[in-house]
Amino acid sequence: MENIIQIKNLTFDYIRESDEGSETIHAIRDVSLDIPEGSFTAIIGRNGSGKSTLAKNLNGLLLPTGGKILVNGWDTADEAHIWDVRQTAGMVFQNPDNQLVASIVEDDVAFGPENLGVPPKEIRERVDEVLKSVDMYPFRTKSPHLLSGGQKQRVAIAGVLAMEPRCIIFDEPTAMLDPQGRQEVMRIIRRLHEEGKTVILITHFMDEAAQADRIVIMDDGRVIADGTPGEIFADEETLRRIRLDVPLAVDMAHRLREYGIPVPADIITQEKLVEYICQYK
Amino acid sequence: MSIQVRNLSYVYNAGMPDEQKALDNVSFEVYNGQIASIIGHTGSGKSTLVQHLNGLLKPSEGTIIVGGTDITEAGVAMREIRQKVGLVFQYPEYQLFEETVAADVAFGPKNLGLDEMEINDRVREALSLVGLDVDEVGERSPFDLSGGQKRRVAIAGIIAMRPQVLILDEPTAGLDPGAHREIIDMIRKVHEKEENIVIFVSHNMDDVAALSDKVLVMDRGQLMMSGTPQEIFHQRERLANAGLDIPSAAKLMMQLRKSGCEVPVDALTREDAAKELAAYLQGKSRKC
Ligand SMILES: Nc1ncnc2c1ncn2[C@@H]1O[C@H](COP(=O)(O)OP(=O)(O)OP(=O)(O)O)[C@@H](O)[C@H]1O
Ligand SMILES: Nc1ncnc2c1ncn2[C@@H]1O[C@H](COP(=O)(O)OP(=O)(O)OP(=O)(O)O)[C@@H](O)[C@H]1O
Ligand SMILES: [Mg+2]
Ligand SMILES: [Mg+2]
Repeated sequence: MENIIQIKNLTFDYIRESDEGSETIHAIRDVSLDIPEGSFTAIIGRNGSGKSTLAKNLNGLLLPTGGKILVNGWDTADEAHIWDVRQTAGMVFQNPDNQLVASIVEDDVAFGPENLGVPPKEIRERVDEVLKSVDMYPFRTKSPHLLSGGQKQRVAIAGVLAMEPRCIIFDEPTAMLDPQGRQEVMRIIRRLHEEGKTVILITHFMDEAAQADRIVIMDDGRVIADGTPGEIFADEETLRRIRLDVPLAVDMAHRLREYGIPVPADIITQEKLVEYICQYK
Repeated sequence: MSIQVRNLSYVYNAGMPDEQKALDNVSFEVYNGQIASIIGHTGSGKSTLVQHLNGLLKPSEGTIIVGGTDITEAGVAMREIRQKVGLVFQYPEYQLFEETVAADVAFGPKNLGLDEMEINDRVREALSLVGLDVDEVGERSPFDLSGGQKRRVAIAGIIAMRPQVLILDEPTAGLDPGAHREIIDMIRKVHEKEENIVIFVSHNMDDVAALSDKVLVMDRGQLMMSGTPQEIFHQRERLANAGLDIPSAAKLMMQLRKSGCEVPVDALTREDAAKELAAYLQGKSRKC
């Protein structure tokens, strides 16, 4: 598989100016990662570990302090290709209110392609298609602020899809959603992945991260683990050290062991746990 | 101290074309020493409701009595209400405004007229309760923090005022799992220490089950039901219709039932579910 994103020795510093002089915050410290086209990667890590900073570097919203990022071969620091980069790697944020700009759903979705100079007829087709794909077509003439959080987030996703990115970066897209809204958005993310889009999902929910093919853990600006969900969640030591969680099944297995039930270590999904309990003798 | 809400209704943009009824005849009470949670689909009116409880929004109809005072009456000093009722906003960005984290957290206590030393103590204590070190972040700008760090500062700013009623609108949204646990523990700790009323809005059914004495369920601006976590989470269908769910441990037990295991299904927390499962499995192995 081709790597749609290549991160080479990325460092990123925020410089804060104040009366006492300037202070440098090393948000990313030497990160190298390759993201294969069509993959589904979850990025987890504590607050302040650098996840959003990394995401904003991926589509050129921030430019590297050191190292470089290639998106479909284009250097994000190359001004001549910044729109190619943004069109290839789209971004969905935590709070859809910050992403929705127009007063009618379909105008909002059309905003991106209009800026890219897509011809009006094609815009019309794209808008209809992406709204259908996130099940929001019936709401196309409504005002975004009258929608629920899950619906707003789906409109925001449609707006990104309308630019036809090959890769979509989701930065905590479900943090503000109710249980059903979360499930809806996760369903759409999984479907986009199945349809061949490259997906990068930043999340604090371990059950969401467990749905990816690969999990990357960031800590203090560095990548400290990179593996399959099975590998990552089996390493309870690391997770505990950086105070992350484990999925429900891993936690319950742990608790059962404390009662003397010998649950095997490879049980990390709910299905496996249910199977184990039902067959227990 | 208690809070009584009577027939509360609220309309945004009343009389305009985009008029929106956000609260529709809501009544409930929360008593001294209780932790109450508010759940409901996005847009169901939770934030609108809690903003009424500290006087930020004025009802279109209805009354709100906080500790014997009707705060909806004209002439009630907002300052007094805000001292009694502290509200942590859903979006911390709207709450932070000082140049440094320490100044931001000190803002409330300063307004209470406390002396310098007391203020410094409270700032240090409140920040440490939310897992931040004043020596590390105290001089930084609250706007240069990560999403989760901002939320912690916003919470610290309110608990530093030691309100008799502490309201938190989705206090753990965007927090990492460690901070999430810390904030939940902090709510419990502050509640035990201050014996105050805590009201929190949440989409996390596990937290709601673990912390609440009382659960209020909002659906399209109306209070759809209220009761203990046991009472509420047994209404699985009604919750699903309102965009909600049951706690993850309860879901696991339901799934076990569906797969043919005769486990009891009333556990709501992981502790209880583990206990019941262990007893079930030990019983099973004895039978063989
Ligand atoms: N605009 C900014 N100016 C200065 N420092 C910043 C800025 N934004 C973030 N930082 C700092 O950079 C570091 C990384 O922040 P980042 O937002 O990337 O973290 P994150 O992993 O996304 O955290 P969260 O889970 O809370 O969203 C933190 O120390 C943060 O305080
Ligand atoms: N400032 C406003 N102007 C107009 N309508 C508003 C405003 N704020 C909220 N609303 C509308 O009022 C209703 C209730 O909103 P509210 O923010 O109270 O919901 P919520 O339950 O807190 O949702 P969430 O879980 O997404 O935070 C929604 O339909 C919303 O669109
Ligand atoms: Mg972030
Ligand atoms: Mg709200």
